[in-house]
Amino acid sequence: MMDWAYLFEIALNGVASGGLYALAALAFVLVYKATRVVNIAIGEMLMIGAYLFFAFAASFSLPIWLAVLGAVLGTGLLGAVVERTMIRPLLGEPPISVFMVTVGLASILVGLVEIVWTADQRRLPEFLPKTPVMIGDAFLAPKVAYGALVALVLIVLVLLVFRFWRGGVALRATASDQAAAYSMGINVPRVFSLAWVASAMIAAVAGIIVGSIGGISSSMGVFGLSVLVVVIVGGLDSVLGALVGGVFIGLVEALAGSYLGGEYKLLATFVVLVVVLMIRPYGLFGTHEIERL
Amino acid sequence: MPDAPRPAAAVSSSPVLQVESLTLAFGGVRALGGVGFEVAPGSITAVIGPNGAGKTSLFNTISGFYRPSQGRVLFEGRDITRLPAPQRARLGLARSFQNIALFRGMTVLDNIKLGRHSHLKANVFDALLYLGRARREEAELRRDVEERIIDFLEIDHIRHAPVSALPYGLQKRVEMARALAMQPRVLMLDEPVAGMNREETEDMARFILDVRDEWGVTVLMVEHDMGMVMDLSDHVVVLNFGQVIAQGAPAAVQSDPEVIRAYLGAGDVGALRDKLRGAQATAAQA
Repeated sequence: MMDWAYLFEIALNGVASGGLYALAALAFVLVYKATRVVNIAIGEMLMIGAYLFFAFAASFSLPIWLAVLGAVLGTGLLGAVVERTMIRPLLGEPPISVFMVTVGLASILVGLVEIVWTADQRRLPEFLPKTPVMIGDAFLAPKVAYGALVALVLIVLVLLVFRFWRGGVALRATASDQAAAYSMGINVPRVFSLAWVASAMIAAVAGIIVGSIGGISSSMGVFGLSVLVVVIVGGLDSVLGALVGGVFIGLVEALAGSYLGGEYKLLATFVVLVVVLMIRPYGLFGTHEIERL
Repeated sequence: MPDAPRPAAAVSSSPVLQVESLTLAFGGVRALGGVGFEVAPGSITAVIGPNGAGKTSLFNTISGFYRPSQGRVLFEGRDITRLPAPQRARLGLARSFQNIALFRGMTVLDNIKLGRHSHLKANVFDALLYLGRARREEAELRRDVEERIIDFLEIDHIRHAPVSALPYGLQKRVEMARALAMQPRVLMLDEPVAGMNREETEDMARFILDVRDEWGVTVLMVEHDMGMVMDLSDHVVVLNFGQVIAQGAPAAVQSDPEVIRAYLGAGDVGALRDKLRGAQATAAQA
């Protein structure tokens, strides 16, 4: 006999943690849309955000809000430096070269974290409210619930900014046709920087939330693996895909984890990935690109 | 198609665009070898030439996509050779593309409004709160775009349509509308009527004339349709193998032996044609 209340609770938790996937996937899609770069280091940028927060909040004992701000700005700066020094020089090179550079970037970031903070797991200072959240009869872990709330607010904010601000319009135009955007007076290199900085900042917030739920370590970049699944399922260049895919993968992981056992989480996720790739290779909401020679 | 002679007065003052011994090479291939000409304000100037003559390379160099290895581009007397494309756009140099380069997935109106992008100043907070500058700029842009450009180009009925759903001729027109939204001093059109039927071509020719006559915008175009070039242009520049082989009034250029040779490929094509004609005549007699 199926326990509906239990299922509801599991689903709710899945959706909530899916919110974090959605947020991180949004960071990935932003860079891909604007610059066509597959940033494999997205999980590691998340990690840098979490560690910077750890440094500001725990080591320097700054107030939480200041530590968050510092971590977001610091990671944004990292995004700018990465774009300027590693990505822009590769403009016009084959996508696989740029992809490999981001693989290297991931290793460099892990190495940096291990040099500065060692490979030990650490706990972030508690700052999310501790009262359990009840939705109907379903119980939601407070960290997961508030984390999802923060993710939701940030996602809405990002979408509004890119909908109504002309920088967002410039980004969409660049994503659509670089040459036309350039001739329209849009500073395409600056749009590239903007995309990387914004992506890094969003990743930082996601990293802080992920870290405060599960602790931080130099291997927390594997979170990026699930994010990759999310964006491939949703479609690399689709914001809607990132959001729907995030929630969907969160749900799949939660259901598989509870009904099949924790070791089946990744298996289920990758089965979904394979199925989606077989049916819609460009993702659920991705652009079906026609290569013209 | 209108064929009234253009007023000579408009072509007399100092050039709005000057190209001086422009040289551009891709590796060992020399796309442009010392190209020079002037565009008079208020004129319609056409660049013609056989395929691969360097017309589009010339356009890309003038609009800032390519850096020439030698030579200068002057816009209203100012040297813009080293300026990046977006800044040239801000100065008033707008262009369209040979293969339509619209922002797919956006509506006609959004595409046109993007033309004004570089002139807007509202920042992210203005935009989010939709206050002050953002509201004022948006209202102003809407009025200008809707009342002038959309009416002018007769695309009112498709303003909310996604551009990717439009037929080719209309897409070309939307691209021109977007260029006009940039408030250009010089409008550069890369093959504005390529692939169009007779009717669409005549519409476009009328728009090009009106842009010059009513809006006072100087037009520089690359075009293959000889009929249209000869009807519309005040000045024709002929390129072949990256060099100017002739320039001047349409009639003069048309009868230039060098130009005829470039288009027909030496004299033997003429000889071939005579031979064919002779053969046909013999066949008809028999």
